[in-house]
Amino acid sequence: MQFGIFSVSDVTSDPTTGRVPDDAERVRSMLTIARHADEAGLDVFATGEHHNPPFVASSPTTMLGYLAGVTKNITLSTATTLITTNDPVRLAEEYAMLQVISDGRMDLMMGRGNTGPVYPWFGQDIRNGIPLAVENYALLRRLWTEDVVDWEGKFRTPLQGFTSTPRPLDGVAPFVWHGSIRSPEIAEQAAYYGDGFLHNNIFWPMHHTRQMVRFYRQRYEHHGHGRADQAIVGLGGQAFMRKRSQDAWNEFRPYFDNAPVYGHGPSMEDFTQQTPLTVGSPQQVIDRYASFVEDVGYYQRQLFLVDHAGLPLKTVLEQIDLLAGEVVPELRKIVEAKRPAEDVPLNPPTHAERVAAAAASGEAGATHVGDATDPYTGTVAEGGRPNDPTHVTQEARA
Amino acid sequence: MTTSEQSRTIAIVSAGLSQPSSTRLLADRLADAAVRELEDLGHPVRVENIELRDLAHPVVDAMLTGFATGDLARAQEAVTGADGVIAVTPVFTSSFSGLFKSFWDILDPDALSGMPVLLGATGGTARHSLALEYAVRPLFTYLHADTVPTSVFAATDDWAASAADTGAGLPRRIERAGRELARRAAQRQDDGPADPFASTPSFTELLGGS
Repeated sequence: MQFGIFSVSDVTSDPTTGRVPDDAERVRSMLTIARHADEAGLDVFATGEHHNPPFVASSPTTMLGYLAGVTKNITLSTATTLITTNDPVRLAEEYAMLQVISDGRMDLMMGRGNTGPVYPWFGQDIRNGIPLAVENYALLRRLWTEDVVDWEGKFRTPLQGFTSTPRPLDGVAPFVWHGSIRSPEIAEQAAYYGDGFLHNNIFWPMHHTRQMVRFYRQRYEHHGHGRADQAIVGLGGQAFMRKRSQDAWNEFRPYFDNAPVYGHGPSMEDFTQQTPLTVGSPQQVIDRYASFVEDVGYYQRQLFLVDHAGLPLKTVLEQIDLLAGEVVPELRKIVEAKRPAEDVPLNPPTHAERVAAAAASGEAGATHVGDATDPYTGTVAEGGRPNDPTHVTQEARA
Repeated sequence: MTTSEQSRTIAIVSAGLSQPSSTRLLADRLADAAVRELEDLGHPVRVENIELRDLAHPVVDAMLTGFATGDLARAQEAVTGADGVIAVTPVFTSSFSGLFKSFWDILDPDALSGMPVLLGATGGTARHSLALEYAVRPLFTYLHADTVPTSVFAATDDWAASAADTGAGLPRRIERAGRELARRAAQRQDDGPADPFASTPSFTELLGGS
């Protein structure tokens, strides 16, 4: 099982000091957090995508592209990429570019976004949320898997003979997750394509999460991608830890009480019972999170929200150390021992595994399309000549 | 038909705040009338009592977090799964109480669709009685509930008045309203709450429709 962190990139006042970071500081903090997570040995860093204050993460591939250069092992991902309001053509280009730059050390998670006003900012209508997610993603997949695309749909201008570049690394598209909290249609979409499904359950009771995941697993099997227990599942999570449980409660309470989402509502006592939020010692986090496989079956990715509600950077880095140093090694051992069978994937597929699978099934696409001539202007790319035999495509060689 | 198929459940939602509460008293009288009529029609009746005062904090929490848990979740299930609902609120500042409104605000908007609902309200004087018709009834109409024609308002005086003073007004209205609810609840074909997973279209349909 992979363990990582995800950020919503909120700029929130620290309730204990009143201090508010500015946007640049918050962006830099996210970079520091991601690098620290890599050095500490966590498996995943995922950034949200938001287009309104108090959030700063509007440009995920810029951030992840930089992180690809300064991190070594961590998988870079999103939580989530807005499939509704982003042009699928731009998504195809940007994430293929990130895939190349990170040498395949990335995946991404589609989400609809739940902020109504964002839709018109990008020329869309929230009432079309589900149809947009369906059409845009269908096009995005074609842009990655087909070299030359003719396409016509409802929500953007048609494409004639369009090729998205760069072509996916090794001719294999990035692995895609779909995140949804309430919409079975999105679980159905993930199942239909055999993609991953992550239920971000951090604000939800487990009985709801269990229903959504069960539905995704059943549909994954129905659509012929394997058995239900082989579907690729992820969960969200949230924890605050100190060595002594009482210290964690005392320190986190003012952040909880004033948190943007649930602050001034339920007590921390109630909320920690009702949702995956766990405040306490690393052992308590291990005990709680080790139980989730009983609810949703063995799953492949567990993400934690650690940098929100105005927590200072230093505290967040300490949380990452506790997570990576004390929780993950033990938790991984416990949950991986509960994997029901050897043919249930231990982790989400890596790029290398996907390349091997594509090669085995003969499904890898071209790594370059066309010759070195721009078909629209007839001009020749620098260093190349029309029909230069050194520019043959992988397809042509095969 | 087995007995369990014939049995009916009535959920009482009472938003009174004091103990004892005249709102609860009215709700109980309405329930008694409905139960009598249902039993006369041959239905065993189960009554679920929901006191919103006991759920006040969870109601606000659910409004902020977006989900209900514990006793509130059970109360929502009781209302959604009932064959008839008796909803009674005190009149505050010319309308239903805020707590009463909040309880319906956090319920699934489809939960009351077609549900027989009997409306009741209490207030200091009869001058507040039309709040039932201009505030409470439109709320349930919006939720597509099947509200019964007779709603019952009880002012402080009504509880003290003798049958001669009131022309047996309050007890008679209670009887009539209870009967109206019972007849609707007796006829109700309860399909249970909608299952969002069962109604999710397959992806080929989703693709075709896009």
